Formats: sequence, C-alpha cells, structure tokens
Amino acid sequence: MTALIFFILILASCLSAPLYANWAGVNPFTSTLDATIMLDGKQTAVMEQSTEGLGLGYNPIGPTWQLGNYFLGADNQGRDVMARLLYGGWTSIIIASGATILTLLFATVLGLTAGFFGGVTDMILSRILDILWAFPVYLLAISLSIVMIAHGIDIGPFTIESGSLWLPVFIIGVIYIPYVARPIRGQVLSLRESEFVLAAISLGVPSHRILFRDILPNVTTTLIVFVPLMMALNMLTESALSFLSIGVQPPDASWGTIIQDGQGLLYSRPWVALAPGIAIVITVLALNVLGDGLRDALDPRSKVKLGRG
Amino acid sequence: MFLAIIQRLWQMLFVMFGISVLVFLIFFATPGADPASRIAGRGASAEILEAVRKSFGLDQPIYVQYFTMMKKIFITGDLTSFVNRGWKVVPAVLDTIPVTISLVMGAAILWVVFSMIIGTVAAATKDSWLDRSLMILGLIGISMPVFWLGEVMNLVTQSRFHDTWMFSWVPPLGYKNFTDGPKAWFLTLVIPWFTLAILYIGLYGRVLRANLIEAMQEDFVRTARAKGLSETRILLRHALRTSLISFVTLFGLDFGALVGGSALLTEVVFNLHGIGKLTYDALLNLDLPIIMTTVIFASFFVVMANALVDVLYIVLDPRVRKA
Amino acid sequence: MLEVRDLRVSFSSEQGLMRAIDGVSFTVGEGEILGLVGESGSGKTVSLLAVMGLINDPNAVIEGSIKFKGRELVGMPNAEMRKLRGREIAMIFQDPMTALTPVYTIGWQIAEQILQHQNISKSAARQKAIDLLAEVNIPNPADAIDRYPHQLSGGMRQRAVIAMALSCNPSLLVADEPTTALDVTVQAQILDLVRKLQRNHKSAVVFITHDMGVIAEIADRVMVMYGGRIVERGLRNELFLNPKHPYTKALLDSIPPLEGEKPKRLRAISGSPPSLLNRPTGCCFGPRCVFRFDACSAQPELGKLEHSAACFLEGAR
Ligand SMILES: Nc1ncnc2c1ncn2[C@@H]1O[C@H](COP(=O)(O)OP(=O)(O)OP(=O)(O)O)[C@@H](O)[C@H]1O
Ligand code: SF4
Ligand SMILES: [Mg+2]
Repeated sequence: MTALIFFILILASCLSAPLYANWAGVNPFTSTLDATIMLDGKQTAVMEQSTEGLGLGYNPIGPTWQLGNYFLGADNQGRDVMARLLYGGWTSIIIASGATILTLLFATVLGLTAGFFGGVTDMILSRILDILWAFPVYLLAISLSIVMIAHGIDIGPFTIESGSLWLPVFIIGVIYIPYVARPIRGQVLSLRESEFVLAAISLGVPSHRILFRDILPNVTTTLIVFVPLMMALNMLTESALSFLSIGVQPPDASWGTIIQDGQGLLYSRPWVALAPGIAIVITVLALNVLGDGLRDALDPRSKVKLGRG
Repeated sequence: MFLAIIQRLWQMLFVMFGISVLVFLIFFATPGADPASRIAGRGASAEILEAVRKSFGLDQPIYVQYFTMMKKIFITGDLTSFVNRGWKVVPAVLDTIPVTISLVMGAAILWVVFSMIIGTVAAATKDSWLDRSLMILGLIGISMPVFWLGEVMNLVTQSRFHDTWMFSWVPPLGYKNFTDGPKAWFLTLVIPWFTLAILYIGLYGRVLRANLIEAMQEDFVRTARAKGLSETRILLRHALRTSLISFVTLFGLDFGALVGGSALLTEVVFNLHGIGKLTYDALLNLDLPIIMTTVIFASFFVVMANALVDVLYIVLDPRVRKA
Repeated sequence: MLEVRDLRVSFSSEQGLMRAIDGVSFTVGEGEILGLVGESGSGKTVSLLAVMGLINDPNAVIEGSIKFKGRELVGMPNAEMRKLRGREIAMIFQDPMTALTPVYTIGWQIAEQILQHQNISKSAARQKAIDLLAEVNIPNPADAIDRYPHQLSGGMRQRAVIAMALSCNPSLLVADEPTTALDVTVQAQILDLVRKLQRNHKSAVVFITHDMGVIAEIADRVMVMYGGRIVERGLRNELFLNPKHPYTKALLDSIPPLEGEKPKRLRAISGSPPSLLNRPTGCCFGPRCVFRFDACSAQPELGKLEHSAACFLEGAR
C-alpha cells in the first residue's frame, strides 16, 4: 500500500515536469552553455571556467540544493538536471508502461491461442516462444535496436521513425513476450483440462463463451500480478538500453540517458548520474513491493515467477 | 534417462537453428533500409557497398544469403568488419571470452555463497527483524540498475575514497590477464565481481528463502522432526538439499545468460573488454558484422548452457532420472 | 507408560481462539495397541502431535500434562524432547508418498535416524537398515536400500517408513492412519505387519484411524474422539458389543456387516462436526444426537470405569 502511494507520488512529480521547468525558467532540452543564475545574491555562470590544466574547459555548476535554481546542478550542456530528471522520469515511466501493455497484449493473445487450441497451433507457437525465450534479452534488444535505430522500421501500415520513443517501447515490449506468454499458455492449458471446462465443452457450450467466461477471468488475475513486475523489469531494461545509447535518443531524456550523460562528469559532478539512479531504484523498488503484495493477495501459490534479463 | 538427454540435445539444436534464422532475419530482412548499407556502416562509399553485396551474396535468394552468413561465421570464420576494414571478426570474438568468463565465474561464486547464507539465515529466522531486513536489502539489490551500481562503485573506489586505506588497493579500470599475474587479475576484478553479484545475491537469497519455507511445510520435514533430528540438520540436510534442485537450475540459466551477454553492462562500466564490451563498441560504430557474430556466439552459448543444465538436472534429481 | 491428563490444545486465529483439543485424558500401557477413532477433524492427529512435541505452530497453546515413563513432556526443552523423539516415541504419518525426503535413498534415511540416536558406525547402521527392511517384508532388502522413495510403490514406502520408525526400538509407536492412503489388499498386509512387529518389538502402539473395521482388527483397547474430546473408551470387545455413546453406535452402524445381506446404504450420521470456534454448550454431540434430552445442556464427563462414555444416558440406563 505504501508502495502504491509512493509510486503515485513519483508519477505525479514526473507529470509536473513542465510546471517545474516553467517555474524554474529553464528549457531542459536545449544546451544553455552561457546561462547564468543568481546564487547567494551573485550572478554565477552555469558553466564555470575550469581551474584544472590549461583552464580551457568548462565545468557545469554543481548542485545548489535550491529548488528551481539548478537544484541538482547542470549537465555538460548547461541544462538543469532536476528538470531533466522529472522529464526523464516521465519518459521512463511511459516507455515502461507502453512496453508492459504491448507485452501483456501479445502474450495474452499468443498464450490463449496456443493453450486453448492446442494441437499444431500450439506446437508452432510454443516452438517460436522457445526460441525467443532462449534468446538472451539484451542481445535480442541490441540486435533489434541496431537495425532500427538508424533507419526506423515499417511493418505494413506501421512506421516507426528512428529516434521515436515508440522504438524502445516496441523493442522492450517484444523481448519479454515469451516471459509472460509461456506461463499464460501453461495456465490456459491446465484450465482447459479442468473439470468445469471439460464439462462445459461436453455440454456443447461454444468455445468462445468458454474462452471469455471461464478462461479469461482466471488469466486476468495472473496478468494483474504481472503488471507491476513487468513495469519494474521494463524500467531497468529501458535504462540499460538508454545507457547503451540504443534506447531513448537525444534530445529526449530518460533516467537511463541522464545516467549516461553523467558518466563523463562522474568524478567531478557525481549528482548528474547519482540522482536518476536513485530515482530508478526507488521507483523499481516500489513496483517490486507492489508486485509482491499483489502476488501474495491474488496468487498465493505463486504461479507467476518472473524471469529477468 | 539416455533418451531424455538425447531428446533435450535435439531440442537444443532446433533452438540454435531457430535463433540463427532469427538473427539473420533481423539483420538482413528487417524492412526499412538496405541491408548492405546497414552492414557497411555509416557513410560507406559505393565501392564498399558493392563489396558488401558481393561478400554476403545479397543479390541471391534469401536462403542462400543465410547459408553464406553461417558459412562465414562457423566454417571459414572469415567474416570481416567493414567499419574496421579487414578486421577478422571471429578471432576477435574468441579473444574476449576469457575476460567474460573470469568476470562471471567470480561473481557466480560470490552470489552462490552469499545468497545461500542469506536465504538460509532468513528462512531459519523467518519473520524476525533479521529476516525482514535481509529481504529488504535483497529487494533493493534487485531494484538497482547494474550499470549505475557500477558507476557508484567507481565513484567510491576510484575517486572519492580512493585515497583512503579502504580502496587504495583498487587498480585503475581495465582488465589484466591472469597469465600476466594472478594478483593484478584478481584485484582488477574484485569490484566488478561484487557489482555483478549483488543483483543475483538479492534474487537468489529471496528465492531460496521462499523455497526453504515452502519445503519446511512438507510432510517429509515432519517425518524428519519425528525422527528426532535437530532443526539445523532438518533445514540444511532435508529442506536445503531439496530446494537446491531448483536453485541449480536457476543458476545454470543465469550463468549462461551472463556469459552470453548479460554481463555487458558491467563490462562497459568497468572497461573490461569481454564479449559484451566488444558488442558495445561495435554498437557505437554501427559495426554489424561484429554484432551479428557476438549475438550468434553468445546466444548459442546460452542455449548450450541451458541444455547442459537440463541434462544435469536429469542426473541430479532422482525423480526425473527415471523418466 | 504414557499418561495424558486433561490435555488442551488451542490455536489462536483471526476468528478467535480455536480449541482443537478440549480436555483429553488417557493412558497407554506397555505393549498394548490402543485404537483411536473419530471422524476427520476430531483432533486425533493434534492430540498425538502434542505428545510428540511436534506442534510448532507459534499460535498454538498446549495445556495439561503428558507424562511419558514418569517424565513430563509438556514444556520439556526441545533439545531433550528430541532425544525421545524417534528413539522412545516414533510416529508414522498418513501419506507414505510424501513422508520421505525425495532426494535421499530410503537406506540413507533409515540410517540417519539410527545414527542420530545410537553410537554405531555407518556400515553397522546400513546393515541394520537392511535387516529392518527385511523385517518389514520388503523383497531384496539389500537392493531396495539404495532406492529412492519415488521408485517404490505406496505400500513399499509405508513399509520403509515403518521400518524407519522401528529402527530404534521405540517403546511407543504412534501410527496416524498408516493405511488410509493405501488400497485395500495392501491395507490388510500393513495391518498384519504392524501387529507382528508390535509383538516382536514389544512396543505399545497408538493406532489412529477413522475406520471402525480397522480398529476391530487391530486394537486391544479403543478410544472414540469427537469434537476434540474423548466420548467413549473401553476394551475393544466390550465397546463393540455394547457401545454406550450414541456417536459410537452411529459409527458402528456405519461399518458394512461382514456377513449377510449388505444394506443398500450405510447409515450416515446426519449433521456436521461441531465448530471448534463456537463450541455448543453442553454435550458437544448434542446437535446431532437423536437421544438428546434435558440433562444434555450440561457437559457430560467420562466416567472412571474401564469402559465408560461421556454421555448422560449412560447413568440413566
Ligand atoms: N496448526 C493448526 N492451526 C490451526 N488449526 C489447526 C492446526 N492443526 C490442526 N488444526 C485444527 O485442529 C482440528 C483437529 O485436527 P486433526 O488433524 O487433529 O484432526 P484428525 O482427527 O486427525 O482428522 P483427520 O482424520 O482428517 O486426520 C481441525 O479442525 C484442524 O483444522
Ligand atoms: S449427553 Fe445427551 S446429547 Fe450428548 S450424546 Fe449423550 S444423549 Fe446425546
Ligand atoms: Mg489426522
């Protein structure tokens, strides 16, 4: 319960990102190398002249710990890290949710079809899922991203531009399909063999009625338990892909890309990388606790066991 | 038993074939752009594009293209990078394997030892404050992005506390060959080992605790109690031993997955040029032939590791053995 | 040898205090077979688990006194209790399919118990395990000893469990429905076996079952439990020929007769067992009793006689 409140709080603060940026008077997506701020009554440059070496480089300003005034400092483009953090959180959550919906949708359709119709359909679908499942997730994600990131993808009527946020959603959504589809197929299979479904079949109840009335409600419970767990997994995957620069593309920000931005400043301005990491840990932790709680409440014998990448 | 093993190996070959086809399709048949320009890399000249077309037989039917690629990777091993002109890919990939194995092995030892201790202690003290705090720590471990943890580790050991007695022994980032000096090899890897292991310590600790608690409810535990055995013995010899079967399965899968690429993030953060780092560098250069090769090699490794685990399982669990 | 006095076991739960055993007293003499019958949930298992000190539910409260060979078991430290368990008092459980640890051979598990209580070498323990398996009529014991539980049939597993229970020559063996999970012919063999072993090892046996037919075959004395209390006890023949408690009568009516025409339907006892959360006041069998009369709104106590029932009819008759 606490976890849920926590998650909603995070969500709300990320949603307020434009408000924050507006109030602080910063644009988190364009470089502002020559910006200045008022600090302790003095006009201070966001990019300070470096004192090391020849004194040619610039160092972004560190955390001021004043809300609305480069709270967490600036990154190497002179952008307000706090504002980017809030925007980035929104992106991360959107991607994680989008990918979760995609995964659950496809997995349900595949799992239901394979489990309910059995026979050849099941055999073919299961083999395909086996192959996808055996494929290490990051490698699959890398393969998919590298061919798409530069040129985008078009499947029939759908075209995803390169650099679009839909690309990571699509990639993350696809790679986890077997993780959900396999347990669902198993569940449908055992439901199909259960007495009440066998009885319904022998009574001549049409199969779509059985599917929607008897099987889907049972599967829904499993799906609900999967939601927060998949969200957590997807957040981690998104951040990893963005960190590898094959997820969210600049100028968009996500927690993963901010960590990557902060990598170069790690020893001088560690907060650029620390803050988004802490944000990820807290959010994923809340989701995991939520997932555990849901599982205990809805699925005490824990049929849902999540693999991870 | 023999039949089961053969059957499992068959399945392995099938999945390997499926993966190779899938990788091939992703790289050569994803709608969107000309595969030749993808393979050749950014801003390739017309001659290079022509060379790529010829080398991969891109003007031929798609199944011929598939066999050409497989031949280049597995038989002749003469796949070359076009970004790094003329660089032979297969030997480059093979070179990275010891690095990755060193990293994953050490981490695996850490996570097995620590998660067993944590899981068992938590199960033995179920619902106590110790159990609760261990489980929360485990959950935090699961919730941390490994690359970020690696950066925090670097920040602490390379920069902020590097000059104190605690971390002055930590050598600069990078890998040292075991053959050039075991001590240097060991020291460079300690921090990466812990970084990589933390997720799995949390995960396995939690899974093991749950399995142990479940096992302690079983009838055979009641029998063991009725025999007059001590609680410690029941926990370790009966409950833990039975839970170990699923533990070993899980371990095999994760170990395989790590060697096959999941250690990539850790390798990147600590600048260890394992198979993951190679893939990452190729990723930055958009060097597709390298990525294709690492992906195929690594996923084959994972599939073989999985098969091995199942075979081991058949040997380990007397119940499956009969079937 | 075993003297249980006024044993009470309750479990606290969200719905309140549940009194599973409500004042049970009985004794078990050296070398006798005491049959304990009662329907499911009447508290048979819980009362004997209390004797074994095996109720380790943190919500359980155990009161009363359990004396074994003069020593008080209630409140005995676990370390000391462990020395009795498996050596002096052994217990066999209902389901042989799940009673053994799946990953060890039956020989290993028997030897484990021997080594726990006796100071002998591993090979001697193994030899002893083979002898025990032979004693419980497992064919090829030297071979069977290296088998895993799943490789044996239910009957064979239960024999192995019995062999294990007897491995330290306990003076008291508690058999909790050891035949319920087995099919009829195997049941008969196991009953024969228990009787034979009881004679050879001179152990006392508490035999729990809900089958009056089994009791008739094996027990010297019988105790009938209902709703966490003992409602009747007596020597087997007396109790069978002259049951005093209406519940016992009903139970006896529900055995199919061995000879003559089989009734179309066995007479089942109407009604359901009492809720342990809200016990009825007065006689706990009252709500289902066809003889119920005014006096029954008080709690009937078990008499002092060898054969007596906790029923107000007993005196009135
Ligand atoms: N750990 C426990 N917590 C709460 N209630 C329990 C616990 N163990 C047993 N009970 C309750 O105590 C009552 C007596 O159970 P017991 O197992 O002794 O019955 P039984 O006579 O052995 O029945 P059966 O023939 O089914 O074995 C039951 O209502 C049971 O639900
Ligand atoms: S005391 Fe009364 S209610 Fe109870 S069994 Fe005897 S006659 Fe029936
Ligand atoms: Mg019972």
